[in-house]
Amino acid sequence: MKVIVCLGNVPDTTTKIKFVDDNKAFDTIGVQWIINPWDELALTRAMELKEDSRNTVDTVTVITVGLKEVEPTIRKALAIGADDAIRIDADPKDAYCVAFQLAEVLKKEDFGIVFSGIESSDYNSAAVGGMLAEFLDLPSVSAVSSLQMDESAVNLTRDIDGGREVISIQTPFVAIVQKGIAIEPRIPAMRGIMMARKKPLNVVEPAEQEVLTGFSSFELPKSKPPCKMINPENLKELVDLLQNEANVL
Amino acid sequence: MAVIVFAENWNGKFKKLSFELVSYGSKVAGMLNTSNVVLSIGDVENEELNKLGDYGADKIIKIQHEKLKNLDNKAYTSVIAQVAEKEGASVLLLSHNNTGKALAPRLSVKLKAGLGSALIQLPASVEPFTVCKKVFSGKAFAYITIKSDIKILTLMQNSFESVLSQNNATIESFSPELDEGISKTEVTDVQKQTGKIILTDAEIIVSGGRGMRSTDNWGPLEELAELLGAATACSRPVSDEEWRPHSEHVGQTGKIIAPNLYIACGISGAIQHLAGVSSSKYIVAINEDNEAPIFEAADYGIVGDVHKVLPELIKIIKEFKSEN
Repeated sequence: MKVIVCLGNVPDTTTKIKFVDDNKAFDTIGVQWIINPWDELALTRAMELKEDSRNTVDTVTVITVGLKEVEPTIRKALAIGADDAIRIDADPKDAYCVAFQLAEVLKKEDFGIVFSGIESSDYNSAAVGGMLAEFLDLPSVSAVSSLQMDESAVNLTRDIDGGREVISIQTPFVAIVQKGIAIEPRIPAMRGIMMARKKPLNVVEPAEQEVLTGFSSFELPKSKPPCKMINPENLKELVDLLQNEANVL
Repeated sequence: MAVIVFAENWNGKFKKLSFELVSYGSKVAGMLNTSNVVLSIGDVENEELNKLGDYGADKIIKIQHEKLKNLDNKAYTSVIAQVAEKEGASVLLLSHNNTGKALAPRLSVKLKAGLGSALIQLPASVEPFTVCKKVFSGKAFAYITIKSDIKILTLMQNSFESVLSQNNATIESFSPELDEGISKTEVTDVQKQTGKIILTDAEIIVSGGRGMRSTDNWGPLEELAELLGAATACSRPVSDEEWRPHSEHVGQTGKIIAPNLYIACGISGAIQHLAGVSSSKYIVAINEDNEAPIFEAADYGIVGDVHKVLPELIKIIKEFKSEN
């Protein structure tokens, strides 16, 4: 069985966010790019599934939508252990565009599970996985924090408000995953980095599509007033502020 | 035309977030000069449904169906889309909770409707239809214009005040068409968290970080949480060390929360942590290190040993509670 992992290419979490072009575009100068943290956890779990000989997973393919500059991120995923990669050569405009392009390619692939991280750390829309499932007319399970395979079914744990549910499902399906699916992302080893250079990275032309949303502008948060420091010997002052200024007690 | 609000229920009851959603829907309906229709799926008594009218529903559509007992994303998407089409929805509104995040993207594709997700305020304008959301994990805001005829919005919990409006909403039933075999998921086990306040619902959260030093030191933190009617949470190193369960991890890859008050005990405030808590209305930080980045995000700061400050704070809050 083939497992697909959708990858997002996002700015490193510690990036200082700036905008250019009259606050209409994100300033990418000097930005370090990484695999979207949730997608990295998904890839980690996909590798574990492949390595566990009790499972039928034999191939892990990573797929992303992006221009040539996203290739270092794809190579990192190959270095972590993915067998091959697909890059759809388009500049992603929004989650709908990404999901549409992914679906156009995945319609022609034979796979058991598609992994998608629950959100991306750049635009935080939490949308690609669900949209992809609907484009592919496949079942989806969201907020998945554990995935186990047995002979007859795949068992997923999903978080609900105030608890968890265990879901049994047949392949193929889309798993939209969060932390718990793996705890620590895998780090590429030197051997993996060497091997990644030789692994197939297939570039696919994008399909024509309609765009439904657009960013009109960005804004940085207003700077907040400085923290009021309270003497630990005088905690009554804190209670007083919480009651009378913040109105939260 | 109509605004359609999907109001999820929990064992037949609505929550604060349901009323926030209905109130938000009512405001958007006002901006569009249309009506606010609320959809409820599952077994909910009319008395409970009527509460939705109190927060601005004009009409309530209820659906009860054997195949909709559990959340199957495909089945729910099909049903909500049927209601949206029947009512001529111009806006479809869901919560940005786990259920909303599971359904809104599918509905966006099904209805060819642009999605504006994780909203924190009313649309900036309706012509063009422009919404504001946080991006880059809370480090910036983006204004997004939705061009499609139908717009799908998801609203962050605790970001919009519910408003009482005393509408007399009508309730009507609707029988959706569901294909045989549409549901491919089966719920085989449910584990409910009992007796504790749900983290994403909590108005006050007391949270501990590495400064708590070990799994054995959480007594005072839990006592403070209980005193305040608060939920407990933790930073990532704490859950990675298994001092606390992963379900309590707040931060970028954990839960994103927006309580009225967040009390950070022994948390340094790494950027990944702040990404999960920066929507809190007020932040109190207790930390030994006066240069910890948490003090840049906090409203009120106490530099001191959390193990000494917490018992003292408990004492003073007990006095405060007995006087009030």
